[in-house]
Amino acid sequence: MFRTNIVVTALAVAFAMPVAANAADDAEIGKIRDEIMNMKDGYEVRIRALEDRLRKAEADQKAAPPESNAAPTPAYAPKAVSNRSAFNPAISLILDGKYQNLQRDPGTYQIGGFIPGGDEIGPGGRSFNLGESELTISANIDPYFSGVFIAAVTPENEVEIEEGYFQNSGFIPGITIKAGRFLSGFGYLNEIHAHAWDFVDAPLVHQAFFGGQLKDDGVQVRWVAPTPVFLELGVEAGRGANFPGSERNKNGSNSGQVFFHVGDDVGASNSYRFGASYRKTTAAGRQYEDINALDEDVINAFDGDSKVWGVDIVWKWAPNGDATSRNFKFQAEYLHREEDGSLTYDVDGTSTPGSRSDTYNSRQSGWYVQGAYQFIPRWRVGLRYEELDRGTVDIGLLTASDLPLLAENDPKRTTAMVDFSPSEFSRLRLQYARDEARFGETDDQIFLQYIMSLGAHGAHKF
Amino acid sequence: MNSWLRFSVVTLMLVACSAANAAINVFACVPEWAALASELGGDKVSVYQASNALQDPHRIEARPSLVARMRSADLAICTGADLEIGWLPVLLQTAGNGRVQPGKAGFIAAAELVDRLEIPTRLDRADGDIHPAGNPHIHLDPHNIAKVALAVTQRLEQLDAGNAAYYQARGKDFQSRWQLAMARWEKEAAGLRGARVVCHHKSATYLLHWLGMTEVMNVEPKPGLPPTAGHLAELVGRLKADPADLIARSMYNDPKATEWLAERTGIPLVALPYTVGGTPGAKDLFSLFDDSIARLRKARN
Repeated sequence: MFRTNIVVTALAVAFAMPVAANAADDAEIGKIRDEIMNMKDGYEVRIRALEDRLRKAEADQKAAPPESNAAPTPAYAPKAVSNRSAFNPAISLILDGKYQNLQRDPGTYQIGGFIPGGDEIGPGGRSFNLGESELTISANIDPYFSGVFIAAVTPENEVEIEEGYFQNSGFIPGITIKAGRFLSGFGYLNEIHAHAWDFVDAPLVHQAFFGGQLKDDGVQVRWVAPTPVFLELGVEAGRGANFPGSERNKNGSNSGQVFFHVGDDVGASNSYRFGASYRKTTAAGRQYEDINALDEDVINAFDGDSKVWGVDIVWKWAPNGDATSRNFKFQAEYLHREEDGSLTYDVDGTSTPGSRSDTYNSRQSGWYVQGAYQFIPRWRVGLRYEELDRGTVDIGLLTASDLPLLAENDPKRTTAMVDFSPSEFSRLRLQYARDEARFGETDDQIFLQYIMSLGAHGAHKF
Repeated sequence: MNSWLRFSVVTLMLVACSAANAAINVFACVPEWAALASELGGDKVSVYQASNALQDPHRIEARPSLVARMRSADLAICTGADLEIGWLPVLLQTAGNGRVQPGKAGFIAAAELVDRLEIPTRLDRADGDIHPAGNPHIHLDPHNIAKVALAVTQRLEQLDAGNAAYYQARGKDFQSRWQLAMARWEKEAAGLRGARVVCHHKSATYLLHWLGMTEVMNVEPKPGLPPTAGHLAELVGRLKADPADLIARSMYNDPKATEWLAERTGIPLVALPYTVGGTPGAKDLFSLFDDSIARLRKARN
């Protein structure tokens, strides 16, 4: 049955062919004639143009003195064969400065209820402040590696290496490997350089849990899945010497981290990225200063594990995906930290009660939510609200009144900003914050900030 | 029953073939290269277009979706000359795809294949967001499209050697149709020669240059900077003294400034598709030029 069908079909096709071909011939010939006519017309136009040029050239030659008939300058002047500076890396410099008007003495700044994470927390000094000037040098190293070096020159005239790493992307499909010192991939904001933030300062939760921005010496491996939806998995291992870890003088890795990202577009106007991160570090003798019940300065120290997990989301909107005139960016992160180990009160034993030690277990969390809206080209407004939950802090048999920094508190802060960007390379910002991080005190803070970028055009992360 | 089985087998084979046909994943940074890749690759390529005609190609975000698509690309076709400098480097660095890195067979920077206009003799950001390699909006001169098409065909043959003959035939067919079309466009646009045009951004420079028109000034005070009231007022003054023939903007430009200027000066305004998809008429590369020239002629008459 099947075979018969084939034969019938084949015969039908075979007979139909010449008929169709005959019918097609006239149309075909007409079409070919048209095309030839078109071609002829086209060539006539070109020949006429060439004749014009020839005539003009001849006229010019007659008019011009013979010595002006030199070869025209090529678009690219031939370069010297050996040029030692031709391989100079891309260099860019960020100038960042502020004028700050702070209601309360910034020297007394603290995030009440939380062990302080280093010196970089708080709004910084009053009056005019030169922020960190950031010098970035980057280039491909060879066909396999690229390198980035970012030095921050502090207003105290010290140089800090912000980042210094080399990386390979794609030697193994989907894998990007980075080694050196780099901003950790924890959450969303941490990986973004401060000059690209939507507000002057880091959220309270980053200041409390990471002492500002979390960076580490180590290795990072990321894998992007070969799927139409963005799925990324990352792991990090490092020295863990920065808060919430500490220098431990031990071999092996002292910090471990995993993170996961998923992202996609929703229509032409919306896109998002959602992430989850977990980091574990160990601290040995991580010290901080406090004032005991008798008003004496003491130094306390934490020994143990610090585990942080967090979730983050960033959602961007721009009409039809064109962010040039209007766009909106929503961003939020929630972080939870558990620290388990021991707390040594007054490590130096200089206070009246003397040094003592007991278990320390804390369960603390914090979050921020913020939005930035560009309503006309160059102008943006932003609003941020954040809270910390001091949670539970178990200090065993230590005396609570000797550890006032760990007392009950509910830090929160509300921030509003407006910024103006004359071009892609400059930005001026006015920010107001009502900071309630201290115990029972509010601090009105006003910032005027400039961010200027010189040199190579940076690409922007999502 | 038997025929059902046959039907299923044939269907499965067809499905398998169609999946196997789309062998090459092309990531096109901008719509014109997506259209070109479709013209040249036919059903042997699967093309992902990273941006649309109503988006400023300088200002695309390095969105997660783009990283995901770059991850699986066999061939990335971008403009280069720093057009995509704000976002393409992030995609290339984070996608972990070694096949599409600059210098590899899987990466084409179209602007490197053509003679560029307006290569600055002075590199200074005081002149705005200028591109050291010259004006990057190269696709609006169809001669450049022909050159880029040759490179795309050659790369497709290299990356998918099994279908080399197919790409070669398709490439040849495209080139001959394109040559014919160019001759036709040049004839159609003969009347536009010598016209003086005020453009919003320097995005139509190659089109004007090709058709013998002159770009006399720009609505943007410096490349990449939004128009200001002061600059617009100055343009009105200059245009009153020395009028231009047309005011042009690309579809992705905010229409307010050019509309204001046209109203004040009485000079006809034309909105150009700029790239494939910019106007309902600009459906592919051929109709992009058909529509652009038709719009210019209509505004000129």
